[in-house]
Order: sequence, then C-alpha cells, then structure tokens
Amino acid sequence: MSVTQFRKVATLAFAAGLGLSLAACSTKDDSSDAAGDKVTITVDCQPVGAQKELLRDWNADVEAFQKLHPNITIKSVSVGAQCNNPPDFTARLAGGTQTDVFYAYMTDLQQVLDSGQAMEITQFVNKDTIPTWDSISAEAKAAFSEGGKVYGIPTKNYSMGLLYNKNLFQQAGLDAKNPPKTWPEVREAAKKIAALGNGIAGYSEYSAGNTGGWHFTAELFAQGGSPVSADGKKADFNNDLGKKVLQNLKDMRYADNSMGEKQLLQWPDLLTNAAAGKVGMFVGAPDATTAIVTNFQGKYQDWAMGPMPGQDGAAKGTLGGGEGYFFKKGLTDAEVKAGLMWLAYEKLTPGKGQFDYARAKPENQPVGLPQPQLFTPGSDAFKQENELKKANANINVDDFALFENNPVPIKFEPANAQTIYAILDGAMSAILTNPNASIDAELKKASDKVDQALAQANK
Amino acid sequence: MTTVTVDRTTTVPRDGTPYRKRRAYRSQNGLMGWAFLIGAVLCFALFSWYPMIRGIIVSFQRTRRGVTTWVGWDNYERIVNDPSFWTAWKNTAYFTVLALILGYAVPFIVAIIFNEFRHARGYLRALVYLPVMLPPASALFLFKYYAYDPSEAGLFNAILKFLHLPTSQWMQSTTMTMPAMVIASTWMNMGGAVLIYLAALQNIPGSLYEAAELDGAGIFKRIRHVTIPQTKLILSLMLMLQIVATMQLFIEPLILANGAGSQDSATSVAYLIYQHGFFQNDLNGAAALGVIMLVVLGVFSAFYARLSVKQD
Repeated sequence: MSVTQFRKVATLAFAAGLGLSLAACSTKDDSSDAAGDKVTITVDCQPVGAQKELLRDWNADVEAFQKLHPNITIKSVSVGAQCNNPPDFTARLAGGTQTDVFYAYMTDLQQVLDSGQAMEITQFVNKDTIPTWDSISAEAKAAFSEGGKVYGIPTKNYSMGLLYNKNLFQQAGLDAKNPPKTWPEVREAAKKIAALGNGIAGYSEYSAGNTGGWHFTAELFAQGGSPVSADGKKADFNNDLGKKVLQNLKDMRYADNSMGEKQLLQWPDLLTNAAAGKVGMFVGAPDATTAIVTNFQGKYQDWAMGPMPGQDGAAKGTLGGGEGYFFKKGLTDAEVKAGLMWLAYEKLTPGKGQFDYARAKPENQPVGLPQPQLFTPGSDAFKQENELKKANANINVDDFALFENNPVPIKFEPANAQTIYAILDGAMSAILTNPNASIDAELKKASDKVDQALAQANK
Repeated sequence: MTTVTVDRTTTVPRDGTPYRKRRAYRSQNGLMGWAFLIGAVLCFALFSWYPMIRGIIVSFQRTRRGVTTWVGWDNYERIVNDPSFWTAWKNTAYFTVLALILGYAVPFIVAIIFNEFRHARGYLRALVYLPVMLPPASALFLFKYYAYDPSEAGLFNAILKFLHLPTSQWMQSTTMTMPAMVIASTWMNMGGAVLIYLAALQNIPGSLYEAAELDGAGIFKRIRHVTIPQTKLILSLMLMLQIVATMQLFIEPLILANGAGSQDSATSVAYLIYQHGFFQNDLNGAAALGVIMLVVLGVFSAFYARLSVKQD
C-alpha cells in the first residue's frame, strides 16, 4: 500500500471511527418494547465486588424478581460502597447520568428537585405497586415528599446514639452494660479508654467530607438546639448550645487528649479505625456496625449502643435520617411502576431483600439491630418484620437494648442539609486540629457562610 | 527588475511531475490534513472550548426546580463574599511561591547535578522519573498515611524524633499544611521537569564550558554565565507552566488534607470551586469562581508572554 493509499484508508477509518463513537454516546436506547410489555430499568446502589455476599444476594434478588415479573428487566449499576458520596452524586445529577431509579439520602430532596432530574410519582404510589406503602412511617415518607407530592420512596431510616466498643470498655475497667449517658460521662470514659494507649482513641469524631457537619448537627439536637431557624432561612447554631457541642469536643481533644492524634476524619476513616479496635466510642446509627462489619472487616460482637448523650441528663433530641430512591425524569408509566415494584420487593417487604433475615443470618450480616424501623408500630408489616428479626437474630440484641428502650425525640435533618454540613466541617476540623482555634470565631464564620448559602438556596 | 510570467499549466517542475497533477496531489494532501485536523478540533471543541463557554454562561445563571434563569452578577457577588474566597487565593498564591522556591529550583539543580555524571545517567533519570509514573492519588496517599501521620509513627515524625527535633502535626497544622503539600507535590512532579532540563542542558555546546573554564570560571560562574543563559528559553517556559499548574492546586488538598484542612489552611481556589459545586450544591457559584480563575490566569499568561517577547 502506497503512502497516499494508506493515508486515504487511515482517513476513512478515522472518520468512520469518530462517527461511530459519536453515535454510540448519543442517547439512551429505548428501553420499552414496541409491543408495550417489556420494560427495562436501571437501578443503582448494587453492592460492589468486594461485598461478595451482599452482591450475591442482590443478584439473586434481581433474578428472583425477574422470574416473578418476566416483562421487567433490572439492570444493576454499582456506584461505590457508599452509594451516595456527595460529590459523585452531585456530578451524576448535574450530568443527568443517574440511573432510572436512583439512590439518595433523605437530605437530598431539595438538591434533586432543584436539579430538575426527578419526576413526581404520586399517582403511581399505592398498594398495587408497593403493598406495604400504608405501613411506612409518615416521617420517612415526608422526607421524600413536598407539597403533598411524592418524589421518592424511603427504604431505610436511622437515628443516632452512642456506639461503643465493649472490649475496650472492659479493658478500661468500665461497665459495658452501663455506657455514658451525658457528655461529662463520655469525657470520663474516653479518658480511661485512651489511657489504654496503643493509638486507641477514647472517643472519635468526624470533621471532613460533610460528616463533621452531620455530627455537629446530631450533637446540637442532643443539646436541644437546631442548625437553622424555624423558617429555615438563617443559621441558628452560633449560640450557647453550639458552643457546648464544640467545647465538649475541644476538652476531649486537647484537655484530656482522649481523641487520638489523627483528625480530619471522614466516614471511611473513622469506621476503619473502629473496625480495627482503635475507637472506644463514637456517635452513630445502629447501621454503622453493619458498615464496620461488611465494609471494614470488623466484628459486630465488639459493639453495643446506648442512647444519644445529653449535656446534663437525657439528650433533648437526636438526628434522624435515612435513604431512599428517586425516579429519573422522563420515565414512562410502565418504567415507574416497574421501579416501584422492584423497590417494594427488594427494600419494603418483610422476608425479602433487605429484610430477608433468614438469608442474612449465616452471612455475617448483623440481624437484630433496632433499625431500620421503616414500618409504623402496630402495622402488619411492622409485626412481620420484627418477628422475622427476632427469629433470626445473630447479634446479642441486649447490646442495643439501651438504645432501643430509651428513645430520644428524633429530629430530622434540615433542608439543604448537605450544604450546611459542608460548611460546619470547617468549625469541627478547626476545633479538632488547632488547640488555639476560637470556638466563637469558628461558629461566627460558619454561621455567616450558612446564612449566605441559605439566602442563595431560598432565592 | 524583470518580471517572468510562467504558464503554470505547462510548467514541468524539476521532478518531472506536471503542475496540474502536482496541484491535485497538494489539494488531496490538504484535504487529508483537514480530515486529520477534525479530530483535534473536535476534541478541543468538545472537551475544552464548549465546557469553557458553557461555564461562562452558567456563571450568570441559576437553576431552581429545573428552571434556569439569568441572574447577572449575583453568583460573582456571592462568591467574592464567601469568607473562604480570599483565604483560598492567599493559600494558592502561597503555594505557588513555595512551589517556585522548591519545585522550580530543585529540578533544575538536580538536572545540573545529573548532567555532571558521566555514568549511571540512565539509572538516575529512571530513579527521578519513577514517582511521575505513580498515579498522583497513590503517591499522595503514601504521603498521607506514611509520611504525614501526625503521631510519632509517621515517617517524617520518626525522623524528626530520631534527630531530637520537635515533631509536627503536618496536615493538621495550619502552618505546616502548605509546605507539606509543596514537598509532596515536588516529589511527585519533579521527574518530568528534570528530564526536560536535562535535554536542554545536553544541547549546550561543550565548547562554551571549555571556553569558560579557560577563562578561569568555576562551577557557579559556569552555571551563571553559560548554563542559565543557554537554557533561558526553557526556563522561562517552565516558569510560566509551573505557575499556571500550581495555581490550579487541587488534588493535594483533596487527598492530603481531606479537603479544606484545618481552618481552611489547605483550601485552594480550585478546591473552593469543587466545594461549592459538589458539596454545597452551588454549581453556578462554582462556575463563577472558575471564570474568575480563568481571567486571572489568562491575564497573567498574556502579561508574561508580552514580558518575555520584550526581553527577547
């Protein structure tokens, strides 16, 4: 082949390749069969490869669901072990690359609606598509609704308490059946645990990746405060209650040196340390133990949980949140219904999917945790789910009895929560890394930023 | 002066090819050139120019409930009034200055030293280039978990302790965050710069050094009067590239400091863009800050280019 011929061929091949590439990334293929029966939907939050048992269970569920509904095909997409890492989630929303049925936190409603990427599904949500719909708690439903319109389906909920490592409590001479109930008691216990040495933190806390702000909010609720004013337009933490939250942490970090050297911790950092037996206590939800076991190779036998500590007595509130799924704008009626039926099967039916406790029991997944508690107490679904849970419990349920039997009023996360959390990370990281950081100055700075962000959000 | 008129249709060039055939060949070549150019133009258009123009447009808009409206300079006002705005610029400028002192000078010095070696040059080049081959995230995680561990188990703290020097909190310290990021960044990136400087050094005629030696110039005088003037062009280009690159500081704060670090000590302009866009759900504000950064870097580059032309 001459050079000229070669060039011609190369030019043609290049042009054809380019054309094909552009065509390949043009639009989503039409998932609905022309005949009108076949429906294909994409769903995210499939467990990652490293979560072998969870992935096997998910795939088995997909197969079983498709057998039950031969006209529906579920295409699973994995978006990481943490299904909603805020930057990734935002990027997917901004690019419109989320799946047809996509995972989100309860805090994401405003962001999802602002992006214009979710559709209203009110008319499709009923007992036909989700048989347990009437049993789902009103608070959980409210987190995915606005102005009486339903935009998403809650699939998990939680509230926070104090998780503690029983082994470390025993080693430090503390009573593992009587965890601290107030922050001064947490401080005393943390000192004793940290005295064990070997890099063990008596108490550990987040301060990066939005998790610092998340925990600041939880601890502020415990003090009786709220991060925003009642109308949601102004920050409301630059006050005595906010100062107490940071003072408690500052005292433990610097006066007692009971929080370890490593700070600027994000979600996986703290849980990795906890799984390695290097954390005595931390504020968290019961499912943090699930993550410790399934993501970070810890042992759930090590962990127990008490209620959220208060300042001088019982906590005045604790943070409640959760997760669920939205539906991408532009889906056909059949696709929405298929998505709802999948969620009903995988997430909202006692004995199936996430509530298949008989399957989870031998799989090193904690069964018997007090949450999620999605169903309204007294409802049939509530009874069924609890009976199955008790029958298959593989953890010592007594370890979580103090948390379950001493309920603290649940306060749900505010609107624009992730924005507020991102800003509050700054105050948390300052107090935990700089002994000379001024609590007043940090709260003022964060408060100004939150005011500005809320003004923008409410425009 | 005489004018020669040439009948092009009948002209036969030296190689004997008739002109018409040659013109057809040229035009065919031109078409092919354009065809090959389409790829590059499309790539630039899709991945550089379109996002840039889109970013500028988005910076003047706001999207609420899926509806986009024009808001004038609102996003710019908000971004400039963000308490972290000036901190981010100050941090970025500080990093750039530190990176110039360390990251610009060190590779040049290393290249001069390597150039003096008669043996093992290839081995040394591979050694210094090795970190460049590591994915940046992996290199930074190495620093984060092994070198900058704030306890005494950290590599740097262990060395300091061994030398009976005070240890540091590294990325958790408001004063050490920037120097620590510069050290990691220099280690990661200097390999490429060293190779470029080495190539430039090897192009300097040996006779210049011989003449300087005959004139009694020592090593420092040879560097000052021969090496630097002879590599001025590449030094000048690398200076501009380095400043533009360091002004876009992002991955170092993201990985080493988990974001903003202690009291915004690691917040760079690029990280602030990321924080607004992806953590605070403020893509419009992020776009506005991106445009501000584009303008600053554009003005700097134009000024620098003009200055360089004048000097030349």
